[in-house]
Amino acid sequence: MTSPILHVEDLKATYGPVQVLHGIDFTVFPKEIVVVLGANGAGKTTTLRSISGMIQTSGRIELNGEETRNLTPSEIVRRGVAHVPQGRGTFPELTVEENLKVGAFIRTDKDIKIDIDTCYENYPVLYERKTQMAGSLSGGEQQMLAVSRALMSRPQLLLMDEPSLGLAPQIVEDLFTRFVAINREQETTMLIVEQNAQLALDIANRGYVLESGRISVEGKAEELINDDAIRRAYLGA
Amino acid sequence: MDLFLQRVVDAITNGSTYALIAVAMVLIFKATTLINFAQGEQAMLGAFAVLQLWNWGIPMWGAVIIGMLFSGILAAGLERAFIRKFDPADHLPLVIITLGLFLVINAVAAIIWRFDPQSFPQLFPSGNAFTYNNVRLSWYSIFAFGSCVLVLFVLQTLLTRTKIGLAFRAVSSNLESSRLSGIKIGPTLQFGWALAAAAGTLGASIYAANPVLQIEPSMMLRALIFSVTAAALGGLDSLWGALIGGLTIGFVQSVVVQYIPFIPNEMSLSAAVVVLLIVLTLRPSGVLGTRAVERV
Repeated sequence: MTSPILHVEDLKATYGPVQVLHGIDFTVFPKEIVVVLGANGAGKTTTLRSISGMIQTSGRIELNGEETRNLTPSEIVRRGVAHVPQGRGTFPELTVEENLKVGAFIRTDKDIKIDIDTCYENYPVLYERKTQMAGSLSGGEQQMLAVSRALMSRPQLLLMDEPSLGLAPQIVEDLFTRFVAINREQETTMLIVEQNAQLALDIANRGYVLESGRISVEGKAEELINDDAIRRAYLGA
Repeated sequence: MDLFLQRVVDAITNGSTYALIAVAMVLIFKATTLINFAQGEQAMLGAFAVLQLWNWGIPMWGAVIIGMLFSGILAAGLERAFIRKFDPADHLPLVIITLGLFLVINAVAAIIWRFDPQSFPQLFPSGNAFTYNNVRLSWYSIFAFGSCVLVLFVLQTLLTRTKIGLAFRAVSSNLESSRLSGIKIGPTLQFGWALAAAAGTLGASIYAANPVLQIEPSMMLRALIFSVTAAALGGLDSLWGALIGGLTIGFVQSVVVQYIPFIPNEMSLSAAVVVLLIVLTLRPSGVLGTRAVERV
């Protein structure tokens, strides 16, 4: 197989006195959609924040074979990682179009306008609302904007923290369908952290299950969907 | 009637200078929700630098521009040395630092230039542009107001049309997502500090150039309170709100207090604060301030 885009080894993270990650290992290969499942407090958000340099960690985090654990968030973004944080990933006091321009902050090329148009093609509702303040959008529209904002940096790897949180099922389904399309069309590798296991496994190639800061199960998405333990814990079957 | 009109003119004149200092505070507040209590003193120091440069023979407006650059660079240094190492979300240490800077800058200015009031050179043509019966509209008033509006336009253009301006507004709006978009928070806020100090220095220079005032290290103390009130009144995160707030405070100070006999003249400061209280009761985020937009 090709060399991994992201390789994480023995990653440990603490918040104050509490150890959240107890040495986890996982790998993401180019063009994959990988999902990390887990309950509240399992360490999913911490895992993503470690990768994008938002918190201090120990262990190894390699992007395209290079150690990035000690880089600042702004350096990591410049190496092709975009991160859609949980909940509010938008700039509420900026217009939709300005949000997209902020997403392209690290870029100096001439194609920013073209990419903004691509975002509008992905999510036509954003075009209709381009001069509105992001804070006035609905929850689903905000999530579309947050994802588009992240894509504007032309990332190789897109990290998404519970994109389904607080959204109506129909909206979540549309959102995830677009993720697959974006993954195919723009060849963006995705690492998605989710509690909605069914939906996430439907679109993912592979998955990991995080329990209390340790990886308990890993495998191909179709295997995980049929795994009894996972069905009981996450799929309500 | 003439007296009334004259006082409205005075209100606009004073209000414009308060607005310029208020704008500086609004810039910092927008980015960090922090009130920089040293803003007035930074502006005073900048105005003294302008005076010094002028005494050395540099033409007046050249001195003002160099003074603005000087205080911008100084503010960038202060931000780097004293502000950046603290968590921007934890306000108490930062407020104490800005109060400390307030005292230090005041003392430094007093050591260098003494407490004796000195006259400040004319920035604008002297005399009156317009006289009607007993109402005199001085060139100074026109230019003070004009400069204020001009500064607001320049700042607004900078914030909405340039990349650094966009980054600055992004940082004000969502710190975490700014970081995740590759914006370097420290230098962006530093830019805000520099910009604020430069605007403040222009404000203090115009204030000191008022023919009826002189420059001395404590000159901004009163103006600072009026300016904070103006900024809060307009909505602490709105540039144009600062102008509205400044004009309102100027109006309260020179019109309301004059016509309400039971408010003694010495109470004009308190009257301004009472007006602030009334406005904030009715509109907690100020006249033009953004109401917090949050969706969970």
